[in-house]
Amino acid sequence: MSAVGPHPVPLLPLQLVAVSVVAGGKRILDRVTLNLDGGLRTIVLGPNGSGKSVLLRVCHGLIQPTSGHLQFNGPESLNGHRRHAMVFQRAVMLRRSALANVAYGLALAGVARARRAQLATDALERVGLAHLAHQPARVLSGGEQQRLAIARAWALRPELLLLDEPTANLDPSATQAIEVAIQAVHDAGTKIVLVTHNLGQAHRLGDEVLFMCEGRLAERAPINQFLQGPASPEAAAFLKGEMPWK
Amino acid sequence: MSDFGAAGRAAWGLITSGDPRLFEIVLLSLQVSLSAVLIASLIGLPLGATLAVSRFPGRRTLIVLTNALMGLPPVVVGLVVYLLLSRAGPLGELGLLFTPEAMVAAQSILVLPIVIALTRQAAEDAWRDYQDLLRSLGAGPLRAAATLLWDIRASLATTILAGFGRAAAEVGAVMIVGGNIDGITRVMTTAIALETSKGDLPLALGLGAVLISIVVAVNAVAYLLNEVSARRHG
Repeated sequence: MSAVGPHPVPLLPLQLVAVSVVAGGKRILDRVTLNLDGGLRTIVLGPNGSGKSVLLRVCHGLIQPTSGHLQFNGPESLNGHRRHAMVFQRAVMLRRSALANVAYGLALAGVARARRAQLATDALERVGLAHLAHQPARVLSGGEQQRLAIARAWALRPELLLLDEPTANLDPSATQAIEVAIQAVHDAGTKIVLVTHNLGQAHRLGDEVLFMCEGRLAERAPINQFLQGPASPEAAAFLKGEMPWK
Repeated sequence: MSDFGAAGRAAWGLITSGDPRLFEIVLLSLQVSLSAVLIASLIGLPLGATLAVSRFPGRRTLIVLTNALMGLPPVVVGLVVYLLLSRAGPLGELGLLFTPEAMVAAQSILVLPIVIALTRQAAEDAWRDYQDLLRSLGAGPLRAAATLLWDIRASLATTILAGFGRAAAEVGAVMIVGGNIDGITRVMTTAIALETSKGDLPLALGLGAVLISIVVAVNAVAYLLNEVSARRHG
């Protein structure tokens, strides 16, 4: 169920046309053309510095393309709140309770005070943190903080959730809890775009892969096809490096 | 050294006897300096945080300027406020010269750059971490500034203490705009200067001891509050 009533025009698909980002004389994104539609869980793979994070930030509007353009199908915000959200690699927790962290995002989106607590509690339940609602967010563990960040981003039921390596530096059990949370968000009808370095995670959570290399979109393929036999030589080399035992 | 001993004993006697003269001077000092810090904080905290999160032409110049103004000589501020408030000055009609209000105004001007500059620094450090999140959630500059102020409130206590230290310790500005009138505008620092020049070292030293004790006590309370807050909110 949507938090703000029926959406007249779906946000997705998102269309990127020849999007480039140049910073400090370096081409970080190189003419990326891409169509992102709802439904499939999209995994973004690629070596360090291949432009994965920047791609997410461009989609989220935190970075403006140097050239090219991107276009959502529907309006990016509705009733004052944005319809796409982002979870960052390092979760930044405001110095207040877990519940208040989620409610803060709702307040910024103009949700009436009376409704914030309910929506925030729902979001915490969705990621399995309801029992920690009144704990200060800063004293939660790294994995709990990242799940809280997912709840905060997801509290307004965005149609697109961009996640930038949310499980980097976390142990397997924390990683698993986050994967469960991401799956729950997907099940609730939000499109997932996930940057990861963890091929196991890509396999568990992904339907399709966007493979980035040196700022270009080198390959796009269904996950199993990609993992078993990538079409591009760059992806083959990357997989060989990531899975030397194969 | 014997001067110190005798003066010290006399000072201790003065403090423990509860001399009303001393009490009056201490009270006015606290009123003036705390009012100045309150006014400077009400203006300086939002300005400092907004300066940290916004980008506009001339921003760097403004930052260098506020940093430089932290070193404003109190006598110069006193002189400028004196000229503004003197009978022939633009604000002369208010009749504020040689009143505690004039002293509060002068000290507010002295404290304001400290509050702005230190707040800006602390907020900007936090902004590096918060920027992506707050922009992602759709916070504009003013909302972001307010959120930062709340989240860095622990380090702002130190900022405000620095401002209080500046106000409580300075003598030049309050001397010029207050006039050191007994019972009206005499505060601890001006009294110390006066009593020293008159040779009444016990009273001067007693006031000095009280001044230092107050500053230490205020800092101790702030430190304890910080500890409690850190334990509760992480």
